[in-house]
Amino acid sequence: MNINVNGEDQAAQADAGTPLLWVLREHFGLTGTKYGCGIGVCGACTVLIDGKAARSCTTTIGDVADAKVTTIEGAEGPVFAAIQAAWRELDVVQCGYCQSGQILAAVSLLTESPTATDTGIDTAMSGNLCRCATYNRIRAAIHQASARLRAEP
Amino acid sequence: MTQGFRRPSRRTFLKAAAASAAALVVGVDSRGVLATGSESAVFNPFVKIAADGTVTVVIKHFEMGQGVTTGLATLVAEELDASWDQIAFEFAPANDKVYANLFFGGHQGVGSSTSIANSFMQYREAGAAARQLLVKAAAQDWGVEDKDITIAEGVIAAVGRTGRFGEFAAAAASLPPPAAVTVKDAAHFRLIGRDRLPRKDSAAKTDGTAVFALDKRVPGMVSAVILRPPKFGAKLKTFDAGPAKAKGGFLQAFSLPEGKGVAVVASSTWSALEARNAITAEWDFSAAETRSTKQLADDHVSLLDQPQYQARQNGDRAVAEAAVRSAAKVVDAVFRLPYLAHAPMEPLNCVIEPKGDGIILHDGCQWPSLVKPVLAAALAIDPEKIEIRTLFAGGSFGRRVTTEADYQLEAALVFDRLGRKTPVKLVWSREDDITGGFYRPMAAHRVRIGLTADGTVMGWDHRLAVKSIVKGTVFEAPFAPNGIDPISVQGAADVPYAIPAFSVSLSDAASKVPVLWWRSEGHTHNAYAIEVAMDMAAAAAGIDPVLFRNKLLAQDSDDHRRMKAVLTLAAEKAGWSGKPVAGKGRGIAVHKSFGTYVAHVVDVADAGSGKVRIERVLCALDCGLVLNPDVVRAQMEGCIGFALGTVMRNAVTLAEGTVEQSNLHDYEPLRMAEMPPVEIHIMPSSLAPTGVGEPGVPSVGPALANAIFALDGRRVLELPMTASGIAFA
Repeated sequence: MNINVNGEDQAAQADAGTPLLWVLREHFGLTGTKYGCGIGVCGACTVLIDGKAARSCTTTIGDVADAKVTTIEGAEGPVFAAIQAAWRELDVVQCGYCQSGQILAAVSLLTESPTATDTGIDTAMSGNLCRCATYNRIRAAIHQASARLRAEP
Repeated sequence: MTQGFRRPSRRTFLKAAAASAAALVVGVDSRGVLATGSESAVFNPFVKIAADGTVTVVIKHFEMGQGVTTGLATLVAEELDASWDQIAFEFAPANDKVYANLFFGGHQGVGSSTSIANSFMQYREAGAAARQLLVKAAAQDWGVEDKDITIAEGVIAAVGRTGRFGEFAAAAASLPPPAAVTVKDAAHFRLIGRDRLPRKDSAAKTDGTAVFALDKRVPGMVSAVILRPPKFGAKLKTFDAGPAKAKGGFLQAFSLPEGKGVAVVASSTWSALEARNAITAEWDFSAAETRSTKQLADDHVSLLDQPQYQARQNGDRAVAEAAVRSAAKVVDAVFRLPYLAHAPMEPLNCVIEPKGDGIILHDGCQWPSLVKPVLAAALAIDPEKIEIRTLFAGGSFGRRVTTEADYQLEAALVFDRLGRKTPVKLVWSREDDITGGFYRPMAAHRVRIGLTADGTVMGWDHRLAVKSIVKGTVFEAPFAPNGIDPISVQGAADVPYAIPAFSVSLSDAASKVPVLWWRSEGHTHNAYAIEVAMDMAAAAAGIDPVLFRNKLLAQDSDDHRRMKAVLTLAAEKAGWSGKPVAGKGRGIAVHKSFGTYVAHVVDVADAGSGKVRIERVLCALDCGLVLNPDVVRAQMEGCIGFALGTVMRNAVTLAEGTVEQSNLHDYEPLRMAEMPPVEIHIMPSSLAPTGVGEPGVPSVGPALANAIFALDGRRVLELPMTASGIAFA
């Protein structure tokens, strides 16, 4: 079946019930999306489905037949640029394994509302585990990106 | 982990570094010819400079997030006077002759927070040697003296002329290596100690291009997962792969040697996981661990009555017992601490592919010198035929080092069985990771402290029971020649406090549960017992916990000065008053590990409904000279979050030998909403740099426990805190 990933229709030789995560990684070579738990509790596999953060490990390719999937490799636009820049300016990453998912979850948050609040960040980001506990820098980076987006609409 | 290795004295360290500098390979690239064109000129095993001016620093230690790629690159860039932007890095191959950890007796590996400490002079000298060659090459070209040349921000200059590194790289690489290397005076550092020098791995880790071992793809590669015994020590009897054959992508299943399980091979990782779910197996439980957590913990506690070893130098249990018996006041506490999983975000995995009659291992490889001999023996090949390509590791916390090279060996066994022609990716699922053992060992402690009527410590009888990590492994002989596993008593036998009549006695616990070093090793459980007991003693003495500790740190020694200084700094910055505030609790703890001194002050509040809210964690540390303050802060922030989640709610528990947790929902690390505000204060220092990856962990837990006591009088002697009835908001 065909899946629209990063703006292109791609053919996946897999059952409709196959998790999107593994199709992205093993069929399309988009390994920026990570396997962390396989049960939707860690967020390392977060992608954007029609612009909203979703767990690709518990989403099947059948679920996204009519949707647009964006992975870290294909993320673009002002919100992503602001998030990525803030991540780099604040050196958020440590091991880095969860960060594709963190970044896309943050993109989803600021796309919905460019004004970040601590409560909003807690709600949007608490599904994304970081074993290196870079949380305070993630929070600061989202605030920084939010401020920049609001300053340059 | 370092005690078993001969830690070189300052003198031998300099000699070793000088020897490696004298053995510089100059003027050849990987093909053995003079580097020209776009090829990099190899100045020595640590520095390459390309014609375009890119300086590639060869990183001998793996990167698991601790910032070593940035740290080692900084040392070279500093001495080269390079611009930070021209610095790139690559991971070194496995070669323990060239890339050994200088604290690990010829082993190439990462552990005990030594990556910067052991490399500090070596990488500076490598950078300085390359600089001297560039200077000489430019001087010859321009017809000036070496001393007329200056270098700043990657620009070579003299008598009105300027040039870039790339212009002189080939010429410099053809010169003989310098006979002696001079490194900078610390007064001239411009990168070392600079705040906000950007990490070298940020870009790749924020655009999806960073390659972790799990991302490695090799043409023709298959995936393998292992169906492992449901109890530790159980062995495979039979299995039925029939239903798996109907699964797409399934290739084959076979038993591993010694009944270790069933290897399931498929065309993809997802297919292998699906196929494994369809396989049934029967197990022989006759030699399996079948105790439950309660029984295991009780068995550990009963060992406290029969100590096997005295671990404290000049310690005497009889003397300590007598002092406690005759004391006016006695503190007596029994601690029960659980098994802990490392749960790095990237589950364990590696790829083996054939290369000639040898192999290439693609791995987030923490300790190549342990992996190579295991794979060489398993495949009966020359260790020289094993090439290790180190990739980014998605965390480790100690899990990627086992003396038996557990997951790399599994990959080799599958690779061998498939005929040694097919590349194999061996993957642990998260469930495998949580249930698969190699945990921070369960530990029981009993601490009895005798005090005079005015609160002076008279005697301290500390007993602990824990399973040895090194016994039965290749590390037993070098580490535990006298029977005492130094990791078991790390941070207890050598705690800096000047305690009279101090005994630390150890009993080895026995179980089938595989145990392993876990971020900060033995310090994790020892610091908890000591620093909570210390708080109990201060309370019994009626003395402020900071003052009480200071009395035991009053000697005229570096150790006492530094430990007291971080304790004092933490207390000052936290506004420590010792006065109780209704609804609030403040706790403090301090600990030295891996040469680094760290104090934590935790503030908690009553959040209502019997719940505790963590409001702030403040940290003060002394890690010697600070290479990169922001990386140090990042490690301290990470240690705090890592430790808080752990002491709050993490435990691996067993029911009749079977692990009860399975994934990150029931072994749940700290989450965003739970991360408190954190404040880090770094002591300025010009002493040799020590580690930061682990030392931020040990004192977090006891500081939180002491804060909870200050809040409502509850003493948390059993971890995780949820098991002691503490609920968090």
